Parts: sequence; C-alpha cells; structure tokens
Amino acid sequence: MAIRRAEIHETAVFGERDPDLRGYYGPFGGRFVPETLMAPVDELAREYFRVREDPVFLEEFHGLLQHYVGRPTPLYEARRLAAEAGGARIFLKREDLTHTGAHKINNALGQALLARRMGKRRVVAETGAGQHGVATATACALLGLECDVYMGAQDMARQAPNVLRMRLLGATVRQVDAGSRTLKDAINEAMRDWVATVADTYYLLGSVLGPHPYPLMVREFQSIIGREARAQLLAQAGRLPEAVVACVGGGSNAMGIFDAFIADAGVRLIGVEAGGEAIVPGRHAARFAGGSVGILQGTKTWVLQDAHGNIELTHSISAGLDYAAIGPEHAWLQQQGRTDYAYATDAEALDAFGRVARLEGILPALESAHGVAHALRVARDLGPEDIVLVNLSGRGDKDLQTVEKTLER
Amino acid sequence: MSRITETFTKLKAAGRPGLVTYITAGDPSLARTRDVLFALARAGADVIELGVPFSDPLADGPVIQRATERALAAGATLDAVLGLVADVRAELTTPIVLFTYANPVARMGFGAFADRAAKAGVDGVLLLDVPIEEAGEVQGLLAARDIDPIFLVSPTTTPERIRDAARLGRGFLYAISRLGVTGVRDRVADGAEALVARIRKETSLPLALGFGISHPDHVRAVGQWADAAVVGSGLVQVIAECGDSPSLVPRVEAYVRWLTGEVPA
Repeated sequence: MAIRRAEIHETAVFGERDPDLRGYYGPFGGRFVPETLMAPVDELAREYFRVREDPVFLEEFHGLLQHYVGRPTPLYEARRLAAEAGGARIFLKREDLTHTGAHKINNALGQALLARRMGKRRVVAETGAGQHGVATATACALLGLECDVYMGAQDMARQAPNVLRMRLLGATVRQVDAGSRTLKDAINEAMRDWVATVADTYYLLGSVLGPHPYPLMVREFQSIIGREARAQLLAQAGRLPEAVVACVGGGSNAMGIFDAFIADAGVRLIGVEAGGEAIVPGRHAARFAGGSVGILQGTKTWVLQDAHGNIELTHSISAGLDYAAIGPEHAWLQQQGRTDYAYATDAEALDAFGRVARLEGILPALESAHGVAHALRVARDLGPEDIVLVNLSGRGDKDLQTVEKTLER
Repeated sequence: MSRITETFTKLKAAGRPGLVTYITAGDPSLARTRDVLFALARAGADVIELGVPFSDPLADGPVIQRATERALAAGATLDAVLGLVADVRAELTTPIVLFTYANPVARMGFGAFADRAAKAGVDGVLLLDVPIEEAGEVQGLLAARDIDPIFLVSPTTTPERIRDAARLGRGFLYAISRLGVTGVRDRVADGAEALVARIRKETSLPLALGFGISHPDHVRAVGQWADAAVVGSGLVQVIAECGDSPSLVPRVEAYVRWLTGEVPA
C-alpha cells in the first residue's frame, strides 16, 4: 500500500518518561563528572527543559527535520530478505536515507540549535564511526558554529571517508592516540577539551550516554524515529510489529525507535550489541554479555571492566558499536525486563551486510547490519503474518574499505 | 582530630602555608612509590595525595595520563595501592589522601572500600568524578570510619554548592585554580586569589589550591591566600624523567625542597 510522505508527519515526543530529578533511571544514570563540569551540565539541563516546551524551538527543529534532513524517512518492507530468511515479514526504517546518511543528524541538529540558543560559539564532539562527527559538522556548518571533532586514530583509519567529509564541512578533526584509540578515548578527550572551554563551548554528545541530561535529551531528539515508524507500520500493515530490533553502541538509534513502542506491551524490543570476534575480554563490545555495573564517562551503567574497575578494551568491526558502556536507560529497561539484548558477531554482521546488499539493493552501515543479523534470527522463529521492524540506522558507504578488506581475506 | 586536621592546625599555628604533593601510585612501580612516599615526607610534604591509576583519567592532562599508563602496565590496582598504604603506615606519619576516579572504588564496593581504606590507615579520600550530588552514600561511609571526604571546588562552582561541599567535606577543600585538566603551567591562574576569597566567604575549612602549580614562585604566591598549595604534574614529571633509576629518590627530594624554598634550584 503506497502512502504519500506527507501523510506521516510525526514529531519527536518530549516530556514523557523523564528520569528522576538527579537524572537516574532506576539505579542507573546520574551525573558522575569532575566538579568543573557540574555547572555547565546544570546549565544545560535548565536550558534543555526550557526549550523542549518552547514552540518556537520545536517548530525550528521539526522544520529542519522535514526540509533539511528529509523526514519522514521511508518504512520499507524487505520482502526478498524476509523470503530468504523464511519467517516473519521484515520492515526496515530507512534512517540511512537521511541527509548525512544516519540517524545521528536528528540529535546533532537538536543540540546544535540548543547550543546556538545558549550563546555558545563553538561545539566539540566525539565520534566513533564518524557518522555523529559528520552530523555535528553538518549542523555546525548550517548554524555557523565552530566545530572540533575528536576521533580515535584507529577509527580515523577505518572510517577515512568520514574524516574527509568532516573536514570539507569546515570542522577540525582532532586525532586521539590514547588507550584503544577508539570512541571511548575520543569521549575522554572531548570532555578534557570541554572542561577547559566551558564558557563558550558546547559539548555535543552523540549518544544516550554521559551525565544527565544527555541520555534524556538525545533520546528525545531521536524519538522521531519510532513515532514515524509506528505510524507508518500501522498505515502500511495495519498492525504493530512482534519485535523491534536495533543495534546498540551507546544506544541512541535503539532508544529512538524503542521509545514509541515502550507502552505497547506486546511488542518485543531487542537491542543488538557487537559480539566482535568472541565474548572474550578485549575482543567484543557486548556489555550485557560480558560486563557488569560500573561508572564511566559521567554515568552509572553496564560497562566492560576488569576485576579492579579498569575499563576493558573493546573490539568490533563497526566503529560505532566499539564502546565499553551502554546508555543508562537501556540498563534500566533491561533490568525491568522491558527490553532484551542479543549480540551479533563481526562475521554475522558481514553476512547480513551482504544479504541486504544483494537481496534489497541497500548497503547498510556495519552497525545497522548487526541489527539485521539478529532480526533475521528473530524472523525465522516467527510466522508469515508476524512483523519484525528493524532500524536501518545508517548507510554503508563509510564501511566499503572495511568490507573490501574482509573480502580479500 | 584527624591527622589531616591536625596538620592544618599545626601549619596555621606556625603561620606557614602547607605543601600538598600528588603522585600516581605505581609509577614506575609500587616498590618505588614506597621509596618516593618516604622521600616526600623527608623533604617536607605536609600532605600526600596518592593517585589510584585508572584506565580513563578524563580529568587529567598528558603528564598524569602517561604516569597512569605506566602504573597500570606495572600492575598497580586499587587493591595494591591500599596494600601499599597499609605497608608504609606504621612508619609514615604524613597524612595520605587517596585521589581516585569512581569506578575502581565502585567495583570494589563503596562499603568494602571504606573498610579497607580505614584498615590501611588512609586519612582522606577524594573521588574525582563524584560531585557532592552523588557523594551522599560514600561520604557517610567514609566519615563513619574517620576518613576525611575531600571535595573539589572549581571556578564554576556556585556559592550554594561551595556551602554543600564545606558541609560534606572534612579535612580541607581542594580548590581547582583554573578550568581544564591537570598539568604544568607557566603561572598561577589569574582568578585564583579571587576564587580563594569566594570560598573563604562560605567556609572555615582549610583550603588547598592546585592545578598548574609547579614552581616555588607559584607555591609562594598561593601560600599568601590559601592554606596549602598542591603540586601534581610537576612532581609526576620529575618521577617520569627518573623512572626506575637510582636518581629517583634524590631528585624527588630535591624538587620538593626547591618548591618549599628550602634549597635553590
């Protein structure tokens, strides 16, 4: 059933399911930051709670989502992919078709608008796969803000096209050589920058991580994904899905699509972590499979750590999932049994990448391919009338070099 | 009276500002840190801050980051650092403040940590990424065991939060003289004197001022306003240059005596 885009014009939802006043989701979350950052984090929370009720701000945000990002993004039924898997119908929420090619732009625009409103002239950000960095550089170009993006040296090597994109967009990409030289180290460095520059600089965090209000704010800016997908599915299939599946690094695309379905008790919500090479310390990033509760980069949540509380190195073929902690709200939803978490290995993600490419003509990001890989398993256990909704959170152009290397092997 | 409070009381009576020295435990090794602790005490450090190495020291600049990496590579853990304190305690009378990120402590468990720290003879604990809003539980556990919880106050801290820090803190308050991470700087931050005055209005707790203090001139200047100066990265840099060589102990002693003005450079 074809529907015109204009028929689905949902808005992001603000003000529902807030954490407590201290930013806790059950026992998870909070604000574990050095003293100097407490005032700016407080200021940010105050401003955020103001703008999310401000019709002028919301109109500008949703206007940009529609006319600049290209929302709503399509909901597409992947019939050949589903037929080969054998089982349920599979619908893909096409966040890969946004401007800049991933869901990250939704949050980057929301926060960049907030930064401008707060009178900050400069933005710092971290990036793993480079999609958040590109989205932030884009939003800063659009709004006339100076932009510095911290990126691990390993990630710069494996996501080189995005490094060039950021530079072309006018951002300065700052290489991080500490630790595992990936996302976690980029966040450390971005926070070190921010702690020295709080007066005129805004820290634009890219996932549902960090101190309150970031996990809340990023989820709410991303909640448009689930609103649209739910309405589109009701329009196209006439019913809700059995399961919603999304990959989880920090977990912003997953929170974005889960949010609209939390109240639908019959809908299973499944996050897919990076299983890497194996669930062995240092070789994966599956926090619920190999982690425990800890405190990292501003928030209390599930982290990969050793017996002494040092953070373990992580590995994933996808830079965007290669991170030692998961957003605190995921930890809380998991503890309540509302969400489940599985993992897909590097090999399974590559296999799913190939299937989506050959059967549907879509190159998904390797991050999103983790979600697809597990969605295929879920679909196989369901009947032909059942529906699995997958968030195809980004496109795979940035991963061609990585995939090419694995093909050569 | 805690050993820290006693130290600041004596300093005040003597009309002399104190010197707080920071080192990263386990750099270059825990055995050498043991030697350095005694060297610091001999050279005149009034309080010793012992940094627990953590994999993600996001409040630290490059000098302490590198020290942390060396210490972790040498096998220093919170457990081992507590063991070191217990080992030196009988002979070392200088107050020891553990300076640590939250996660190693959370991993051990706040209650278990407080017990172990008390048993080892730790005098104070500063949790770098646990602001007062999150500190309730651990503050109570420490205070109940007569360990001083030390809080940070920064140029961005509001008067209301300074009062909260003074109410929850014991021993002394640690004033961060400038925005940014730890590191060696050419001069004392311009706003440092005003910051000290702002904190003094809210509390009578002793005040140690740090971040960017590495030269006798800095120490002397800070001593005019605060109760003590904190030297961290400058000392850690000296330790880094010596590594495991025999010059480590004499160089550390000479650096501290230079800072206090006891000997010329």
